Amino acid sequence: MDLVIARPEGLYCPPGDFYIDPWRPVERSVITHGHGDHARTGNQHYLAAAPGEGILRSRLGRDINLQTLEYGESISHHGVKLSLHPAGHVLGSAQVRLEYGGEVWVASGDYKVEPDGTCAPFEPVRCHTFITESTFGLPIYQWEPQAHIFAGINDWWRANAAVGKASVLFAYSFGKAQRILHGIDPSIGPILVHGAVEPLNRVYREAGVRIPETQYAGDFKKTDPALRQALIVAPPSAGGSTWMRRFGDFSDAFASGWMMLRGTRRRRGVDRGFALSDHADWPGLLWAIENTGAERVMVTHGSVAVLVRYLRELGLDAQGFTTEYGDEEDDAPTKEQAQEPSEQETAS
Amino acid sequence: MKAFAELYAQLDATTSSNAKLAAMQHYFAHAAPQDAAWAVYFLAGGRPRQLVPTRLLREQAMQLSALPEWLFEESYQAVGDLAETLSLLLPQAEHSSEEGLSSWMENKLLPLRGLPPEELQERLPTFWAQLDRQSLMICLKLITGSFRVGVSKLLVTRALAALAEIDSKRVAQRLVGYTDLSHRPSAEGYLKLIAEESDDEHAQRGGQPYPFFLAHALQQPVDQFDTLLGPAENWQVEWKWDGIRAQVVKREGRLWIWSRGEELVTDRFPELHSLTQCLPDGTVIDGEIVVWKPSNPTPDAENSFALSTPSPAEPGESAPSVQPFALLQQRIGRKTLGKKILDEVPVVVLAYDLLEWQGHDWRSRPQHERRTQLEQVIAQASSPVLMPSPVLTGEDWLDLGRQREASRSLGVEGMMLKARDALYGVGRTKDMGVWWKWKIDPFSVDAVLIYAQRGHGRRASLYSDYTFAVWDGPPQASERTLVPFAKAYSGLTDEEMRKVDAIIRKTTVEKFGPVRSVTPTLVFELGFEGIALSKRHKSGIAVRFPRMLRWRLDKPVAEADTLATLQDLLA
Repeated sequence: MDLVIARPEGLYCPPGDFYIDPWRPVERSVITHGHGDHARTGNQHYLAAAPGEGILRSRLGRDINLQTLEYGESISHHGVKLSLHPAGHVLGSAQVRLEYGGEVWVASGDYKVEPDGTCAPFEPVRCHTFITESTFGLPIYQWEPQAHIFAGINDWWRANAAVGKASVLFAYSFGKAQRILHGIDPSIGPILVHGAVEPLNRVYREAGVRIPETQYAGDFKKTDPALRQALIVAPPSAGGSTWMRRFGDFSDAFASGWMMLRGTRRRRGVDRGFALSDHADWPGLLWAIENTGAERVMVTHGSVAVLVRYLRELGLDAQGFTTEYGDEEDDAPTKEQAQEPSEQETAS
Repeated sequence: MKAFAELYAQLDATTSSNAKLAAMQHYFAHAAPQDAAWAVYFLAGGRPRQLVPTRLLREQAMQLSALPEWLFEESYQAVGDLAETLSLLLPQAEHSSEEGLSSWMENKLLPLRGLPPEELQERLPTFWAQLDRQSLMICLKLITGSFRVGVSKLLVTRALAALAEIDSKRVAQRLVGYTDLSHRPSAEGYLKLIAEESDDEHAQRGGQPYPFFLAHALQQPVDQFDTLLGPAENWQVEWKWDGIRAQVVKREGRLWIWSRGEELVTDRFPELHSLTQCLPDGTVIDGEIVVWKPSNPTPDAENSFALSTPSPAEPGESAPSVQPFALLQQRIGRKTLGKKILDEVPVVVLAYDLLEWQGHDWRSRPQHERRTQLEQVIAQASSPVLMPSPVLTGEDWLDLGRQREASRSLGVEGMMLKARDALYGVGRTKDMGVWWKWKIDPFSVDAVLIYAQRGHGRRASLYSDYTFAVWDGPPQASERTLVPFAKAYSGLTDEEMRKVDAIIRKTTVEKFGPVRSVTPTLVFELGFEGIALSKRHKSGIAVRFPRMLRWRLDKPVAEADTLATLQDLLA
């Protein structure tokens, strides 16, 4: 029996009568993480991992009807045993493990396999059927170790500061921004953030994640010399806006997995692109799938057709699942630009 | 190699000319001369022929990365650049090579050409294993002959001039021919580029041409010309020929012919070799190589000679017997030129400027003086393959504008306006005087987008390359279909392209590899420069330089143009 099927409202568990990350309002929802295309408003009940509570309440409303589980803790609902396990994507992100009638399914939401210190690292969970994302499901996507990327960001920031230029780094405000703040060398200069980033920094700090001291960029006058030494972390939507004027002559960069490709980098029109993603790269996807031991794999958002074909050639029973998460098919870099920032957050 | 790869990254990351200039200066100041020599070669547009067959590189990458062919193709489609795709898929290595660009080129890469596949299979992986990803991509671009980076030759010239502290026009002069295939960059050659100026420099230049002076487009309406340009009598007006811009250099008893791309093309035009006898040493002529109507025997040629005198001629009489560029293009494509093609598609030089005479550089003399002397040189040469490009006269700009309307029937692209007192500049500069190209409006038809393909480079993963069709019957026809006739990929803004991309994805009917067919919903006004019959195309028609002029959001698909419209343009 299929423990998860695709319905117009979202991924649905028939024996448990609940949805995972529904995109239309439903009665019972299990939320894998707080990004806008996975956690939406309007559901009667929410169930999520405890470390994500702060995020969900700050994004969906203080008074949502939210029940939380610690990672690994399980509950039973209509005979379905449900537990949440770290997905390593952002703070509070979880894979959903479902067990019913001897069958185990895991819906992974979004995940990455490299531990980053800002959230519990990904844990492979053994299952019969694994539902995986495929955002970066092409072998051209192979991330460098994040230490290299952070060293690159530090060098870029240091070089700019040396010539008295502000360094504006565009990064999605939830997850990516905090990961960068956690990873860079705060001794280089002052760190300023956009108004969209600071509330999330607060939630991360409250959760015990080390985030260096940050100041609100809007509090600085254009003439303030501190700006010429500063790293400014802002959401991509701030690029090209009047908000940027205060930085005078600045260098800009964008941190996203899509920056792996020269074409996307050039299209972004930023000085530098740092290929830093909160999603698994190609080897990461394959590693995760292999470590679940699953014989059946359902592939959602991203390079669905490619990953399905590849897994089938490996002898797995793979098929595509149509969802409204992230971007379908191969067009993510394009769509990502056309969409509003809140929608963009997953495609990083 | 690593330093050059870093220079590439810096140049690629910025759109600021100053930043690019600074990056190049920094590189040249620190590079060994033999490496700088090769860097100049590549930055100025030099491209050695492909060293290893692409197919072999692909196969090797698939083998080393253990990827099936379909997945390699999917990856290539997403990246849109072969060298980059390969660099992303080949196993990553720590950078260990200390060798510079020239050593890589001369000891490793150039010797690859012509090696048997087994030998390449063995050598290439040892190269890959020494390069980091960035250097690997550059190395692959050098191997495939696809290295390009956003700097103009002028900018490279400026960087070298600043470094050498000499006039950039002098560097431009020295750089001419530097990227020709026959030239192998060397430390010595590079040091000559940046050497102090010497007195005998002029005498030592062999077959070197001068940097071409390039025209700017004039797009204002003719009634503003008086204000913009002053009276017409201050201008030398000529047809804008649709041929190959070329310099004919005669020195030391030898003849050299250079194309505008600073490529030596002497061998391509054997019928011009007779000029070796007709022109005295120390002569350099700037002109256009065009195909001349072979069926027109001497009387017509004489007629054309008559046009060279600046006496006012009726536009009807001045009909030049120039043939469409398409014919010339057939010749350019040939590796060997048989007697048949030389007979059927003979070329002549329509001369319009004199850059050197009796061994002296004439570029600093005014246009009218050069022209007068040019006419004398041509008269003395008395060669059927060297004719002056006629000077056109009119009462005023409006009169010239009326004459210009005959352009299309004469097979020319419009007019060239050259200030009578202008000097001959370098490239697209304006400080020495100006040349304007006053081109006629392109042909245009409203066509329907029926196929789309993803672009390359900056447009990889965007559907940006389109195939356009027209109807094969009138609207009232009971059954008619769309016949493809042109591909175009330029003319849209980024914003428009994104919208079109989204529509293509929504209206896809079928996918064939990288190509999608779509339900016809999009109509564009397509512009093109020329139109000719073609056996190769389904529509029977080939157009030249097609591009999108406008998105016809106002026009339903049914109202797009028909094949008959195109056939009318052919007439």
